[in-house]
Amino acid sequence: MKYMLMMNTPSGGPYEVASWPTEDLRRHIQFMKDFGERLAASGELAAAEGLAGPDQAKRVRAGNDGRPITDGIFPEAKEFLAGYWIVDVESAERAYQIAAEASAAPGRGGKPLNMDIEVRQVMSAPPVDLD
Amino acid sequence: MPTLGEDTERMLREVAPQVLGSIVRRYRDFAAAEDAVQEALAAAAIQWPKQGVPANPRGWLVRVALRRMVDHVRSEAARRHREEIVVSLVPAEDQLVLAADEGAPPDSRDDTLEMLFLCCHPALSPASAIALTLRAVGGLTTAEIAKAFLVPEATMAQRISRAKQRVKDSHVPFATRGDDVATRLGSVMQVLYLIFNEGYAGTSGRDVVRTDLSKEALRLARMLHRLVPDESEVAGLLALLLLTDARREARTGPAGQLVPLDRQDRTRWDHNAITEGQALLERAFARGTVGPYQLQAAIAALHDEAPSTDETDWPQILALYGILDRMSDNPMVALNLAIATAMVHGPAAGLTRLDALERDARIQGHYRLDAVRAHLLERAGNREAAAVAYRRAAERTASIAERDYLLVRASEVARDSG
Repeated sequence: MKYMLMMNTPSGGPYEVASWPTEDLRRHIQFMKDFGERLAASGELAAAEGLAGPDQAKRVRAGNDGRPITDGIFPEAKEFLAGYWIVDVESAERAYQIAAEASAAPGRGGKPLNMDIEVRQVMSAPPVDLD
Repeated sequence: MPTLGEDTERMLREVAPQVLGSIVRRYRDFAAAEDAVQEALAAAAIQWPKQGVPANPRGWLVRVALRRMVDHVRSEAARRHREEIVVSLVPAEDQLVLAADEGAPPDSRDDTLEMLFLCCHPALSPASAIALTLRAVGGLTTAEIAKAFLVPEATMAQRISRAKQRVKDSHVPFATRGDDVATRLGSVMQVLYLIFNEGYAGTSGRDVVRTDLSKEALRLARMLHRLVPDESEVAGLLALLLLTDARREARTGPAGQLVPLDRQDRTRWDHNAITEGQALLERAFARGTVGPYQLQAAIAALHDEAPSTDETDWPQILALYGILDRMSDNPMVALNLAIATAMVHGPAAGLTRLDALERDARIQGHYRLDAVRAHLLERAGNREAAAVAYRRAAERTASIAERDYLLVRASEVARDSG
């Protein structure tokens, strides 16, 4: 079963981490890197992407002529998707466990951030024949 | 079952693009030619271990591939005939039966070169040209190329097949004459440079360095230099790649993080590559015409020769960037000119140049502009403003390694200022 684990930017804006003490920031970066490597090594990582900052994010919809109408820039306080992992695991419980690990990434002073990770099942079940 | 030795496999990789070039040159049908060459390679893998490698492996492969191609064209022509379309793909001289041993294989040098010209054709987007070059000349599998560019294999397969179709549809003559050669050589050099850069400074994703792409670009640049040894810009390109790649090992730290030039452990630089690059460059300069690749290589050589950032010959680098800037009208060159200006005349002079660049639409909002500004502000002692600029650069980069580096710098200068 595949699950997508979505992480939002922490509260205080996406690059608030830049104001952390350098050692705390390094520890956080190292944790995220190790976390990704652990998942890859266990064979549970299907995909992962980090998203560029919301600085240049746009909201797009088609105008009457089908051409894009773009809208942006967004207020700092708004939460943004920062990145996601797609894990391929035996059970939903295992996906939750992985999400909890990511949630506890170290923040200021090494204290766990305990941020919200949204877990969603990826639709990948084979179709059932309907009579 | 006996298999081909390692040497033979390496040789096959070298001649496969020549064989493909030879077939494509005659028939212009990229996809069918590739199938024919694949079949010839498969035949070689079965027959050579038993019967021994033929005296002229390339000629053998060309003959077998041509036979397959003739079969393909015949059945295609028959189909078209049935549909009463009076178009034949078969070149006039081949509409007669082509005997297996007929015709000496054309010059292998021209075949590889024409293959490169074709793959790097200006009608193709850079992304397509890169993919096609790696596939058809580099001999990488579609899966390998997809992995290098972090896209699904199906996406890359689609990109390559669209590129082939475009080559087929473009009806561009294969002419290798006069001015055309210079222009098309320029496109080839640009594609090789982009492949190298993608490997060296990966514009997307997690890893700082994707060595395989850099290695492949170096291999192809060496090959190109062998094909046209008198082209001084090709020698310049090869020198530039060698002199830049020499710093690869020192460019990442133990945790995989980015290490900028001024903090690199210079004992880890590859001194053989530096020596080779310098020698190439000297010979190229001696030949006369100096172009942008030689100038960039000369700048890279000055960095490679210096024991530290402060002991670097910045006045000379500033002069070279000045020439490049007048030659190329490239905002990235102008950005480097600003850095060199700061190193010679102080950060304030560099910042003045950056202000002028801010108005250039081609680089406006680019993270490199913010990163350089941050660096110069830091050198000027204005740490608060430097932290803001580092953070803005971090917001704008699409490279995770670079973002992490810039965030750490922002945090460092903020702490030092507080």
